[in-house]
Amino acid sequence: MLIIDSEKCTACGICETSCAFGAISVPADCAVVNESCTLCGACVDNCPVGALRIETADKRTQADLGEYAGIMVFAEYRHGKIAPVSHELLGIGRKLADQRGVKLSVLLPGGAVAGYAGDLIAAGADTVLLAEHPMLEQFREDLYAGVLEQVIREQKPEVVLAGATAIGRSVIPYVATAIGAGLTADCTRLEIREEDGMLLQTRPAFGGNIMATIECPQTRPQMATVRPKVMAPAEPDPSRTGEVIAVQIAPHLLQSKIEVLETVVNTEDQVNIQEFETLVAGGRGLDSAKGFELIRELAGELGGAVAASRAAVDSGWIPYPHQVGQTGKTVSPKLYIACGISGAVQHAVGMQSAEIVVAINRDQNAPIFDIATYGVVGDLYEVVPQLIKRLQEIKK
Amino acid sequence: MKIIVCVKQVPDAKDVRLDPKTNTLAREGVESIMNPYDRHALEEAVAIKEQQGGTVTVITMGPPQAETVLREAIACGADEGVLISDRAFAGADTWATSYTLARAVHTLGGCDLILCGKQAIDGDTAQVGPGLACRLQLPFATCVQKTRKVTEEAIEVERMMDDGFDVLRLPLPALMTVVKDINEPRVASLKGKMKAKKAEIRRFSAADIGADPQCIGLAGSPTQVVRVFSPEPRGDRRIFSGSVAEQVDQLVACLKAHL
Repeated sequence: MLIIDSEKCTACGICETSCAFGAISVPADCAVVNESCTLCGACVDNCPVGALRIETADKRTQADLGEYAGIMVFAEYRHGKIAPVSHELLGIGRKLADQRGVKLSVLLPGGAVAGYAGDLIAAGADTVLLAEHPMLEQFREDLYAGVLEQVIREQKPEVVLAGATAIGRSVIPYVATAIGAGLTADCTRLEIREEDGMLLQTRPAFGGNIMATIECPQTRPQMATVRPKVMAPAEPDPSRTGEVIAVQIAPHLLQSKIEVLETVVNTEDQVNIQEFETLVAGGRGLDSAKGFELIRELAGELGGAVAASRAAVDSGWIPYPHQVGQTGKTVSPKLYIACGISGAVQHAVGMQSAEIVVAINRDQNAPIFDIATYGVVGDLYEVVPQLIKRLQEIKK
Repeated sequence: MKIIVCVKQVPDAKDVRLDPKTNTLAREGVESIMNPYDRHALEEAVAIKEQQGGTVTVITMGPPQAETVLREAIACGADEGVLISDRAFAGADTWATSYTLARAVHTLGGCDLILCGKQAIDGDTAQVGPGLACRLQLPFATCVQKTRKVTEEAIEVERMMDDGFDVLRLPLPALMTVVKDINEPRVASLKGKMKAKKAEIRRFSAADIGADPQCIGLAGSPTQVVRVFSPEPRGDRRIFSGSVAEQVDQLVACLKAHL
């Protein structure tokens, strides 16, 4: 509850203007809070006379915080390969483990996955926990959640990292809830605070318009998901050695209520844009689905793939798998050419780690130019055909 | 069939910015709306009800003004709305929110199917749906793009994966979160609007749902926001000028090294 000290309050009104939720007002000589208060604390921080404070029931604090040690990565295996995000998680996991002076383990559930242990060790793991069983060949929420929960309770890692993939975003919140651990979704930065070893987790919120840093002081493990292509994998080192441990899965955890009737892998137009080094993206400025023919031509010329902004996808010009941004995919190609995309933060968070960003837009004030390496101000229907022509000339 | 839909009132995320001076959220002109994904969850629930018979109850946790989204939901086909509101819920993260919603579902006597939007556009965490499934020990599927079949006993759905989709059969009771591709939400009818206006909204306090004070609001939230800030812009940039041809020449010259 927000407590207002009427003795100290000077009715200056700073709290009212600092509240994002319209929860505080100053009708007379003292501030008054209403039910919209979310206890965000902005008013407390801004009050010049210290008249505000937040009081709450005692936080649930886990008794055995000190027993948790080590960093654990949840690796994903599907259709015969380890998801690239697993290597990226081992990259950041290795850094965090070295900084904390602890071990990095990786849990790999699957049907027959022992053959991948060496790769995971080369990618930075000290220990590979293999949870192998034919029932785990296909992803099922209840089975994976059960295995993960069991391993976390046995191993007691201080940090658990997982990919913000379809699988990770589904199963990890379930496990965090079961364990009573704090979980931060879609982290773009993870670092250890030196003073106390706490994991600081930074993520975008409000469609990427705002970044927030989050910590979990009272619970363990500290759990976080990371979107693919945000962290860099370590260079594989085949000379690294590590331990491989077979997880003894409790038999009752191998019974699922969920039946997988069919698995459909998308083909043709539904390429994974995260795997391309060059992306040409189209947005609202294309004005029609037909505009993507031009985008495709340029992408073809550069050997890249076609991406799109949310506006283009929402307009039905191109299917969702092409969407880049907060509600789409995160990409980090070498070259990203944004055509007719204004560059709202929702889009920017999905592509700002691209090495080179080229913006083509007729509005010179478009925010895309703030994040572009190179900007061309002009009508994309003039610019792109000329660019294609020049590229073809170079090839000859 | 008894269906519960969880909805959230959110600020229209595209308008939310940090005030660079005070480092607080600038709220002027930011509209409160029903979370867009939840509209699709509601539509799916109403469509299932129309096919199977039963009721659709919409629940939301939020401040008193969140009642607006419940009335909106009733106008679009829901039978009743429940507002879970108490100052003690303030500051809840997804862990405390899933606890609170689960208590409310218990208080309502459970149900056969729970639908949620994939995520809310303010937090974008996508954690409350799976968390709620855990609390209620329900089989669940996230990011459902299509309901293939519903019977008294089970539901068959297409769950999106990163490389395609899986077709799953879940026994009821179950929970699912939906993406926008699943349907086209209907516009409220005049009759629906009349009904919404007159509808009585039930209100649950923390005591009404028998909530443990240590599991709700700020106290029940393991995560803590320690800092909010604006994303950093990209540093060096070169915006070309001149005719289109001149600009394209400059661009090609710059890109040559990388092609």
